[in-house]
Amino acid sequence: MTAPSMPTAGWAGIAVFLVFFVATILLGASASWRKGRGRDKDGEDWSLGGRSFGTWVTWFIVGGDFYTAYTIIAVPAVVYATGAYGFFALPYTIIVYPFVYAVMPRLCQIAKQGGHVIAADIVRARFGSRSLERAIGVTGLVSVVPYIALQLVGIRTVLEALGLPDEIPLIAAFLSLAAYTWFGGLDAPATTAFLKDLMIYIVVIAAVTVIPLHLGGYGTMFAHASVHLKAAPDGHVLGPGESIPHATLALSSALAAFLYPHTLTGVLAAHDADTIRRNAVMLPAYTVLLGLMAHAAGIVTTLPSSVVPLLFLAIFPGWIVGFAFAAIAVGALVPAAVMAIGAASLVTRNLLPGRGNARAARTTALLVKVAALGCILLLNPQFAIDLQLLGSVWMLQTLPALVIGLLPLRLTATGLLAGWAAGMAAGSWIVFADGLKPVHALHLDGSAISIPTGLLALNVVVSLAVSLPARRGATGTRAV
Amino acid sequence: MIQAGGSRYLRPILVHMLLLLPFVGLLWVPFYDRATPALFGFPFFYWYQLAWVPLTAMLIWIVWKFGRA
Repeated sequence: MTAPSMPTAGWAGIAVFLVFFVATILLGASASWRKGRGRDKDGEDWSLGGRSFGTWVTWFIVGGDFYTAYTIIAVPAVVYATGAYGFFALPYTIIVYPFVYAVMPRLCQIAKQGGHVIAADIVRARFGSRSLERAIGVTGLVSVVPYIALQLVGIRTVLEALGLPDEIPLIAAFLSLAAYTWFGGLDAPATTAFLKDLMIYIVVIAAVTVIPLHLGGYGTMFAHASVHLKAAPDGHVLGPGESIPHATLALSSALAAFLYPHTLTGVLAAHDADTIRRNAVMLPAYTVLLGLMAHAAGIVTTLPSSVVPLLFLAIFPGWIVGFAFAAIAVGALVPAAVMAIGAASLVTRNLLPGRGNARAARTTALLVKVAALGCILLLNPQFAIDLQLLGSVWMLQTLPALVIGLLPLRLTATGLLAGWAAGMAAGSWIVFADGLKPVHALHLDGSAISIPTGLLALNVVVSLAVSLPARRGATGTRAV
Repeated sequence: MIQAGGSRYLRPILVHMLLLLPFVGLLWVPFYDRATPALFGFPFFYWYQLAWVPLTAMLIWIVWKFGRA
């Protein structure tokens, strides 16, 4: 529902959009064909680029995987609708890097020594348990599906803003992603990742400089923004009772962020542990503030997801809008492909008996995308960000096995598995009982505090994991 | 830098404690949940959190530079 006077991108905008979006799909889809057929489609070299990536390439890959429709569509939408509350994404993308610095170099080292490609491999080697490996693998798979769904929402949003009617944007978003990954494999995102980053940087830099100038500076922008918010509390920027969700959502998102198959892949592909440490120094540079600008432009919509596209339509001429929309769509397409392929190789490596072939991986990647489509159609969440937070609820349950497993504690595979099962069951039950809300109201001595469901369920995991392994020393942590 | 106790392991541990500061600074929400003092038109709530972006980068750099045994 856009206002009737809403400007459109015009034919110039649509043409520019098509040129960049279609060119990216063609470039990606034809990537493996251009490189020659019959190449080895399995193994370390293919999926991690031979672990040869230095600081700069790792910066692009890790940061680029992180910079998706989540940043450009989902976060601005929730900031637009709820104000400062949606801003938890900022502390989240800051505290994630001290965490990465402290934890990921060790994981990278272990993975390199053992020749592991993903989290489930590491866990199997460390705890010698095929069941725990499968559990971690399944969790990665189910968690990444709603995250891919978020990317599809991102592509659908810009196609809608270009004026495509009804269900066509979602169908087009799905088909373009399917073609891009089906024909290109991992070569598709590898070939187009730099193009994607370049386009996104141009658009973000243009947005954070031009839009505030257009609106008369950041001061005017904030003043204008507060008018649009339903309840801007006096003196406080967060509403009553929002402090704890703000902090804990940031924490839970940060803890889950680098457990996902697609982000962990970027970390494991680094040349050595010190590359990751140096990266953690530079990565906060990615953190930006697109969401706030959305308030300022005076756009009124009942569809928060479309705030950023509408903002661009209101301010920029058609051809820039076309370029920006293409950047947003490509910025969703490339990570979605990495996620789908990551999920597929997880299935063929860790879940299916024996090592799978390229055909199985390709079919699985398609099924994962169909599942993501199903997520959008069946769950119909209020905000796209809820899809990512839903994935985090599950993803967090792998933290004990992967990260607490690094500490010299005597955790056992049985204990971790039981904790994982309890956390998954508790987390899923709470989140679906609450109607897909990312936070659960916890009633303590009369007053309710809201805690993210994933963290709540994780408590169960930790307590069980530590208490269960009582005196079964024989299956303790193995040296890797 | 910190030269406590003379132990060659104590210093890296102390330096690594700097990594906890962003967590404290950003997760203690009541401390910054207010609009003033504003800076360049940014309410305190926003500029305080944004200020942690370069600050965190700097802290991680210090840990990387001085935190190794």
